Amino acid sequence: MNTPAHVQSLDLSARFPGAIHPDTRPGYSGWLVENANLLEYAIALRDEFGYDYLSSITAVDYLPEGKMEVVYHVYKTTGGAGLVFKVQVPRVDPIEVPSLVSIYPGAELQEREAWDLFGIKFTGHPDLRRIFMWEGFAGHPMRKDWHEPYFEEEGKPFKSRWPEGQLVMAESKNLYADNIAYPHGFNPASQTFDSEKALYDSLQIYQKEEIGLDTDHIIVNMGPQHPSTHGVFRVAVVLDGEQIVNLKPVMGYLHRNHEKIGERNTFIMNMPYTDRLDYLASMSNNFGYALAIEKLMNVKPTERSEYIRIIMAEMTRISNHLFLIGTLLNDLGAYFTPMLYALEERELILDIFEAVAGSRMMCNYFRFGGVARDFPEGVLQKIKDLFFERFPRKIEEIDRFLSENEIIRSRGIGQGVLTAEDAIKYSAAGPFLRASGIPYDVRRAEPYSIYDRFEFDVVVRSNGDIYDRLMVRFDEIRQSIRIIQQAVKGLPDGPVMALKPMYQVRVPPGEAYGRVEGPKGELGFYVISNGKPNPWRYHVRAPSFINLTSFGPICIGQKVADLVGVLGSIDIVLGEVDR
Amino acid sequence: MSDMYGKGILKGLGVSLKRFMETYLDDLVWLGRRYNNDKGIAHRSDKDGRGIFTVQYPEEKIPVPEEFRFVPFLVYDEGPNGEKNLRCTSCGICAKVCPPQCIWIVRSTDPVTGRPIPDPAQFYIDADICMNCGLCAEFCPFDAIKMDHNYELSSFKRNVYDEAGLSKSAAYYSAIRPANAKREDSARSAKAASRPAQVE
Amino acid sequence: MEQNGLNSPEYEIPPELKAQVAITSLDKIYNWGRSASVWPLMFGLACCAIEMICAAASRYDIARFGMEIMRPSPRQSDLMIVSGTVTKKMIPVIVRLYNQMPEPKYVLSMGACASGGGPFKEGYNVVSGVDKFIPVDVYVPGCPPTPQALLNGLMKVQEKIRGEPIKTARWYKKGPDLAEIPVPMLGPDLIDPRKITLIQNGDKN
Repeated sequence: MNTPAHVQSLDLSARFPGAIHPDTRPGYSGWLVENANLLEYAIALRDEFGYDYLSSITAVDYLPEGKMEVVYHVYKTTGGAGLVFKVQVPRVDPIEVPSLVSIYPGAELQEREAWDLFGIKFTGHPDLRRIFMWEGFAGHPMRKDWHEPYFEEEGKPFKSRWPEGQLVMAESKNLYADNIAYPHGFNPASQTFDSEKALYDSLQIYQKEEIGLDTDHIIVNMGPQHPSTHGVFRVAVVLDGEQIVNLKPVMGYLHRNHEKIGERNTFIMNMPYTDRLDYLASMSNNFGYALAIEKLMNVKPTERSEYIRIIMAEMTRISNHLFLIGTLLNDLGAYFTPMLYALEERELILDIFEAVAGSRMMCNYFRFGGVARDFPEGVLQKIKDLFFERFPRKIEEIDRFLSENEIIRSRGIGQGVLTAEDAIKYSAAGPFLRASGIPYDVRRAEPYSIYDRFEFDVVVRSNGDIYDRLMVRFDEIRQSIRIIQQAVKGLPDGPVMALKPMYQVRVPPGEAYGRVEGPKGELGFYVISNGKPNPWRYHVRAPSFINLTSFGPICIGQKVADLVGVLGSIDIVLGEVDR
Repeated sequence: MSDMYGKGILKGLGVSLKRFMETYLDDLVWLGRRYNNDKGIAHRSDKDGRGIFTVQYPEEKIPVPEEFRFVPFLVYDEGPNGEKNLRCTSCGICAKVCPPQCIWIVRSTDPVTGRPIPDPAQFYIDADICMNCGLCAEFCPFDAIKMDHNYELSSFKRNVYDEAGLSKSAAYYSAIRPANAKREDSARSAKAASRPAQVE
Repeated sequence: MEQNGLNSPEYEIPPELKAQVAITSLDKIYNWGRSASVWPLMFGLACCAIEMICAAASRYDIARFGMEIMRPSPRQSDLMIVSGTVTKKMIPVIVRLYNQMPEPKYVLSMGACASGGGPFKEGYNVVSGVDKFIPVDVYVPGCPPTPQALLNGLMKVQEKIRGEPIKTARWYKKGPDLAEIPVPMLGPDLIDPRKITLIQNGDKN
């Protein structure tokens, strides 16, 4: 991606002489900032230039050049293209970069991730602990020189599969029959292991009450095995009776090393893996990844495939919101009834996905330059039937069923409030952000694909409580139905793939950040290619992960029963949070 | 009535009651022939479907669409004496494109000349690694490996399939994917007709 | 799977008796009662959990099999459906839950990830299949298995339950409790307490 035109008019070099220079590597864009000036530069960006929304922080390991790089993407909430800037530090331990948490609090979890996976210390971070791996794990896994025990080769395809591909199970090559290795001279019997100590130490400051009574606050763990169906997510809550004093989310129970495997895969192999990130909205993950790689390859998809992509993406949004309505009401106590009604509609959408892409959930449908195959016979008529007739009627029925219900209103209105300024500070995204009053939707702020041809409203509500977040999603379903109706009416004929199908894709060197408005928020894919068949760096900007930054601050002062409602209304899916 | 407390709850209960009544009414309308036949199953997945939504597996199975993909299988053409000629030439493209690398192929070599023969000596797929993505079927140039529809594969032990377990006939393939098989067969015969006659 | 003999009784059954089908009516009634009301543990890890929820929803109703009571508490459940990728950080929790389940208990490994690591097998935080730690009764392949495939797997569990004679049931035997599995620890990497001597000796190679 090239530096957008309006950013070139930003005279950052004049404002910070000597401290920043443009990134001139071929295929790259943005600015390189000196480590020592980072804080001053970030404050100026936020206050003077208006870039108040920090979207993503990630790290890249340039082992051959002996450098580690931290990449920042910032945007303005008024819309428009973003600004990317990077900090480069030598790859010598200890690697230290100033933390941006005091300027953009949404950086908190992302900097912990960079510490955990790359070993970059962020000085000034309030609580720099590992986030995905446990305390005590040996090494920083995403570094290029760190190999896991099952390691075979730097990039797929592996030579051991063909032509002399004798079946060798990976377990048989490892002494412990699993992907495990220990440091040299390790004796487990000689020490005890406590990976929880750092977590409880960080909560200790909240444990003593300062008023005259000699009371203690207790720490209760919710999860990771929990009836609320969001997956394996754990929350360590400090409670004063029923009231929450503070809480810390603990993640990593589903950390499946998506990014490390992504670096080993070829570009086309990564497409089915992206399905498994936000597994409730697989087409939208495919969309984001296809956009990023198409930016690098400079390929434009065909007209018909653009319309098909929009139809699929909006159907995914409806299916995701239906699932959320079902599970949120399940968490609020309406048990299974609304879930059954919502899932019934979702099953009909999944039928269409199965007919078109081959699988209900793991669609693997998008390709670079279009989609994998055209609609089979009869599918377009099914889509028309559903979205012109059945869905508008059924959504009204579910809305009538739920939105005036007194119990939902009293449990939702005024609970779990996130104010508009906090939402921007904590980098909230998607319906979570729009329910707090900020009308930021990537489909309008920086339109991708052909969204600028469709008429739809950006749904905003002003209170930022649980009830508003639920209602925003109902309204978004109605807007999505509107978009699908327009897209189906305007669907042109033609081919669905701009390129010939090839399994070895040639991607020129460079970096690209492709972002889409996923059902949960802004989903971004940051891909760096160095011309080889495998990406050099592959990072996912996961909306559920970053939305969780505000989970703690929202819940302070609430009752513990509302915690479940708040978590349900943030709409997280662990495949994305933990990648 | 607009400020009666509990009105929202009553409205919601009204919706549930309506759906409850519909389950009986729909059964009556269909005069008891709503279950255990194809028309009934199709009605339940239809845009006008109302009433009971359940499809009672294993007595009633929802027909899978043609594009459905589960684990892969190797296609063989039946020879004149009933021999099974696998279409696979062990080119290795499926093994190279498989994202989790769950395909192991040993290419056969001619014992006399030492040159490779287009036939797999060993072919293994570990279904406990396979992610059912369909890339192997999508990029096979010989239509030799395709995605199966059979999902009733649960067993008491691990699932690693060898060549024998994976081979299924071309007739089976045409039965599960008629439109795809027709298109591929005509493409292959067009290509064979356009090539000059060669020694087999 | 034959993993450390976790599922076998502590004496040898002679081969001619192994093939014998239990036909006493007491067995039949006992097993019929058990197989018709298996209560799964509400335990969804990843994407397969969504298909499990869809199996519990209205289209593929598992209430027809008596299994709609998904208990969040392991003390009240019979069947653990491990649905999703098993990571090293999560396996101590899984083993602890398995130990807390009362006998008779069964494990169904749903999906490729739980059966053998799945597409994420090469990941540094992924355990290659839950059967490395707990004994699995039925494997359901697929990524994810459709709800109909899961129902097929559940029917296989029922079939297994119906074929278990009371005489050889592990939980009625006297002797040490074979089913408690030591909980793994999280050190520099995952530590299986059953392999401590292997770790201490393995370093010498």
